[in-house]
Amino acid sequence: MWWTRLKALIVKELLAVLRDPKGRTVLIGPPIIQLLVFSYAATLEVTNVDLMVLNRDDGHWSREVVQQIGGSPTFRSIELASSPHEVRLAIDTQRVLAVLEIGPTFSRDIEAGRPAQVQIILDGRRSNASQIVSGYLGRIVGAVAAETPAGKRAASETIRVEARNWFNPNLTYQWFMVPNLVASIALLIGLIVTALSVARERELGTFDQLIVSPLRTHEILLGKLIPPMMIGLFHITIYILAAVFIFGVPLRGSLFLLYGSAIFYLAAVVGLGLFISALSMTQQQAILGAFLFMVPAMLLSGFATPIENMPSWLQPVTLINPLRYFLVIVKGVFLKDIPLAEVVHQTLPLCLIAIVTLSSAAWLFRRRLE
Amino acid sequence: MSAPATEPGTAPFVRLTAVTKRFGSAPPALDAVAGEIFGGRVTGLVGPDGAGKTTLMRLMTGLMLPDTGTIEVLGYDTGRDPASIQAAIGYMPQRFGLYEDLSVQENLDLYADLRGLPKTERSRTFGELLEFTDLARFTTRLAGKLSGGMKQKLGLACALLRKPRLLLLDEPGVGVDPISRRDLWKMVGNLRAEGIGVVWSTAYLEEAEACDHVFLLDKGRLMFSGPPAEMTGRVEHRVFRLSGIRGRRREALARLLEEEGVVDGVIQGEAIRLVMKPGLSPPLGDTADAADAAVTPPRFEDAFVDMLGGGPGGRSRLAETQREFAEGAGRPVIEARGLTKRFGDFTAADNITFDIPRGEIFGLLGPNGAGKSTTFKMLCGLLKPTAGEGRVAGFDLRRNAPEARNRLGYMAQKFSLYGDLSVIQNFNFFAGVYGLSGARKRERIGLMSEIFDFRTILDMSAKDLPLGLKQRLALACAVLHEPEVLFLDEPTSGVDPITRREFWTHINGLVEKGVTVLVTTHFMDEAEYCDRISLIYRGRSIALGSPDDMKARVASKDLPDPTMEDAFIALIQGSELKEAA
Amino acid sequence: MKAERKMAKAYEPAGRARRFAALVRKESYQVIRDPSSILIAFVLPLVLLFLFGYGVSLDTTRTRVALVVEEATPLTRDLAASFEASRYFSVVTGRDRREFEDDLVLGRVRGILVIPAGFAAEHAAGRHPSVQVIVDGSDPNTANFVQNYAQGAVANWERQRLSEGRTPPPAIAAEQRFWFNPQLTSRNFLVPGSIAIVMTLVGTLLTSLVVAREWERGTMEAMMATPVSAAELLAGKLLPYFVLGLASMTLCVLVAVFLFDVPFRGSVAALYALSATFLMPALGQGLLISAATKNQFLASQLALISAFLPAFLLSGFLFEINSMPTVIQWVTYAVPARYLIPSLQTVFLAGDIWPMFARSIAVMFLIGCMFFALAARSTRKRIG
Repeated sequence: MWWTRLKALIVKELLAVLRDPKGRTVLIGPPIIQLLVFSYAATLEVTNVDLMVLNRDDGHWSREVVQQIGGSPTFRSIELASSPHEVRLAIDTQRVLAVLEIGPTFSRDIEAGRPAQVQIILDGRRSNASQIVSGYLGRIVGAVAAETPAGKRAASETIRVEARNWFNPNLTYQWFMVPNLVASIALLIGLIVTALSVARERELGTFDQLIVSPLRTHEILLGKLIPPMMIGLFHITIYILAAVFIFGVPLRGSLFLLYGSAIFYLAAVVGLGLFISALSMTQQQAILGAFLFMVPAMLLSGFATPIENMPSWLQPVTLINPLRYFLVIVKGVFLKDIPLAEVVHQTLPLCLIAIVTLSSAAWLFRRRLE
Repeated sequence: MSAPATEPGTAPFVRLTAVTKRFGSAPPALDAVAGEIFGGRVTGLVGPDGAGKTTLMRLMTGLMLPDTGTIEVLGYDTGRDPASIQAAIGYMPQRFGLYEDLSVQENLDLYADLRGLPKTERSRTFGELLEFTDLARFTTRLAGKLSGGMKQKLGLACALLRKPRLLLLDEPGVGVDPISRRDLWKMVGNLRAEGIGVVWSTAYLEEAEACDHVFLLDKGRLMFSGPPAEMTGRVEHRVFRLSGIRGRRREALARLLEEEGVVDGVIQGEAIRLVMKPGLSPPLGDTADAADAAVTPPRFEDAFVDMLGGGPGGRSRLAETQREFAEGAGRPVIEARGLTKRFGDFTAADNITFDIPRGEIFGLLGPNGAGKSTTFKMLCGLLKPTAGEGRVAGFDLRRNAPEARNRLGYMAQKFSLYGDLSVIQNFNFFAGVYGLSGARKRERIGLMSEIFDFRTILDMSAKDLPLGLKQRLALACAVLHEPEVLFLDEPTSGVDPITRREFWTHINGLVEKGVTVLVTTHFMDEAEYCDRISLIYRGRSIALGSPDDMKARVASKDLPDPTMEDAFIALIQGSELKEAA
Repeated sequence: MKAERKMAKAYEPAGRARRFAALVRKESYQVIRDPSSILIAFVLPLVLLFLFGYGVSLDTTRTRVALVVEEATPLTRDLAASFEASRYFSVVTGRDRREFEDDLVLGRVRGILVIPAGFAAEHAAGRHPSVQVIVDGSDPNTANFVQNYAQGAVANWERQRLSEGRTPPPAIAAEQRFWFNPQLTSRNFLVPGSIAIVMTLVGTLLTSLVVAREWERGTMEAMMATPVSAAELLAGKLLPYFVLGLASMTLCVLVAVFLFDVPFRGSVAALYALSATFLMPALGQGLLISAATKNQFLASQLALISAFLPAFLLSGFLFEINSMPTVIQWVTYAVPARYLIPSLQTVFLAGDIWPMFARSIAVMFLIGCMFFALAARSTRKRIG
């Protein structure tokens, strides 16, 4: 009997989202745009850099430096400047990101075995990119230095630093980004679908229909809980397929673990959505409420920047963020094949969040019905 | 302020020439409508929801253009010169166009500025309008916090700020109780006297009788244009009031409607009102259902139903297939014991008590905001009473009593099924929620789609159905699980008279099978269907009794045969006097 | 349209001014009385600013790494000490790399630095000993940082050792200078960028919601049936949100300068000129969205996808536009925030650089005009 009622409610919820053109748009449009924009545009790699060179040296070594830079795929164009004024203008107006300044005695110093110097001027307004470019330029200059007589002498003693990248040998950015998106799309969709489902029924007056029906409060909650979870699982699946077959991200761990923990993650997310939904009177409030939660949740999840880089007083705040835990699981399962114990370790907090949000949503609902 | 009075017979204010308007591939919203509207008259645009009234209004404002045909308003063509029209007309759209988060005064200021009312005239105009609308006490109140009737009056005041030559009012009577509606008509009457042309659109056919001229629209076609008396004249001497009904009047009506020669029939308290084919008179005598029949003055609705070819007949297949609930002498099916609801320091319902025995139709009647919806919601478990108790079939629905809720059917005021779901999906949902499955579910759904004629449109989205079908679907979903109690909240607002008759035929039939019905309404002819009525006013039940009781109570020498509306107004005014004393 | 122009002539300018003032007044009352406007215009900006000021920092400070010294010699201890002393690492030490492999898998350390057995012997023999850096590639950004810092620490250590032995310094020294933001404090460029996002939210999201609400509630219809022209209606709608956008920008700037100590080197005039121009396309886009959807839910979704997301991702705020695929780079030209963010960062960090501002202002103005033209076309005084 209860199963007949619940099934009817679940089928209705799914149909209500899928038959509504607006609902369909939201389920299909934004996820695709997000997948494309994030995975292709959101990269912290720096390429196609415009560089300016102010070369006051006419010797061999400065030409060597410029040539090496020109041969690097990182740089798109190299503009030659003739005066410090030009340098100032180019940096000020952001025509170039960096300027390499080579003094008049550069080649002579090298030939004479004296320490030579170059200056790299970088745009601190784009400090992230400048930092990376300064690293590139440093390496190129270092390579040239190794060929100089003095460099060759010193080279005999240098220590090599051998880097090995585990899990992602070429440090492909998309291998990082796409698993992250698997977790965040479920948050986005789960939250919006749930937050709207109750608010919409309130606005349309159908919520009263549910209350006068023989459905019990917990059945209504379950009926509101399961369909967004199914939709969330669907999106997770699509994104996993895209990750593996379009972006070539290796899937090293167990899908079983991933889906197992996804259920708890979605329960936590949907619980939050229901909580927001129970708090808001109108659809507009539900949308803004979901948005107001989503932005900080994304920023404080370890997605954009590692949690350990946040100030220590802010780090505890991230403990209530379900995205934080599921990000570790998704990335771990995809790239690192993390063991069961670790998945469980990350899933437990998700359970706790789910229990808290769901029971407070239930409590709020009961109160709202008074 | 005195606009030159335009005598009918001079140039018309609005001239419609073969106006057609379509939306998408649906049948035209307006189909070759032609006619003229004059100043100094109230012209009614009358017809059920979806007849094309709002579309015609919008076309006259120039906010929308016809596909073919032309509209001339005050000498300007709506296509070429909408701005000149908009400068000279007043328009109140269906949702009043008020800003709910602005106060009464701020709304007035806004529209005064927009309509260019000179500063010097303001205090006088505002004073007049506030007095006229009786809103002077509420100038600082937010418009969203006004009652429906007050919003309506404020909307009208905003449209009247700079006295327009033509005033377009889109359904000003919706959601307004009879008292406010009388006030509105009085206001409009004064404007007419000043020579202003008033267009008043309405789905209430009884409002048509108060107009000087009527355009009767149905499904986009102009069915009739002329003075309302001309319309009612068509059924003159064919309308009878049958009294001294033998047996149960609902059964009698059902039989009478099947008789040859009966065009239409409705219940009026203890009596039955019949419209007969020309030259025929109702069957009377010892074996017939009624003892007496008297010719009564026809109403607009009688004529309209006659024009549409008569009512739907008296048989309800729904009721015929319904199982019977034994008329036990036990406890009443619905009990309200001192139901009280307070919101803060506002008492929405105050100590309301009544019993409804099995097989009765009980009506909660009252102006908007009087507390009838609050009472209704407390009884069906949507609101928790502050004090007192409501029971349905012996259960308090608040206390998680799914077994009890399984026995009731609920039909909300506005269409509240799932619009994005198809007809069959709605059926499946409600069947599931009420625990029907397997063969029984298939059988009930099949039966409902057959009775209500949904078989060909099972896959249409509910929101795309015309209003009449929506209402049928709502009823079908509410009775799918054969409830023994039906809760109906304003069930037939805005519905065309044929569908409304069909609806009541089903309800009457179900009641005969022992189903108990609680209905809220501010529709006077719906009240007439009830066995008993509780008149709710300012949160209290000020009168309880049968419709005939109520009418008898207010009958006087001046008004020997009061209508339900007269009774309603007199009882409320009486209660106000008592309170003032 | 022609008829409207005729109307405008027929009405005296004073009437037009009064109508306009009335519309602005009405809108302002509504803003003040609606908590959700205040939420978006003042609370959300503070939350965002706060997160970018404290939470999201691209500066890697003290990454946790494991240090494995497989063989303890004076030389390896010395190298280990220099790793431990690095201000970029917080180091746990051990003897065997296998101790830490699980930690790397579980993300408890971001890398393992291994000084292998035989390091001292090889070094003494004048061969090239190597240090291994095993990093967690699942976060390429941090992985890069760990590699670079490890390299830097090794180079430092070598230089120190060599200079003690009077061996000459490196053949070519590259001296880096970061103009405008020498400490590379990420807050200094994130906070100005987030101001652009805040203005996008007020200008586009909030505006599209409130205009869509007028359509939904039917008040637009009542307005249109009055002598107000479509242009007055739109202008009356926009001015309050324009002011609100500038107000929330001002709040953000004050918080940025006084709470987060972001330098402000340009002029207030430039700040307002840029912000005011940016609000044109932002408001125009909001209007266009609401006129096209006439529905709050769709409007909010569209505003998020077409304004918020691009302002975040496709504006150069967090990600370098030059590094994006060409097709996406084309798209960024239509994103107004792309022009505002660098200019705002300049006003804060560099000062007034008018050639750059002039270009940004011109482009934003053009995009704004385009949006307004489209919005005006879809908000004619007609319904249905």
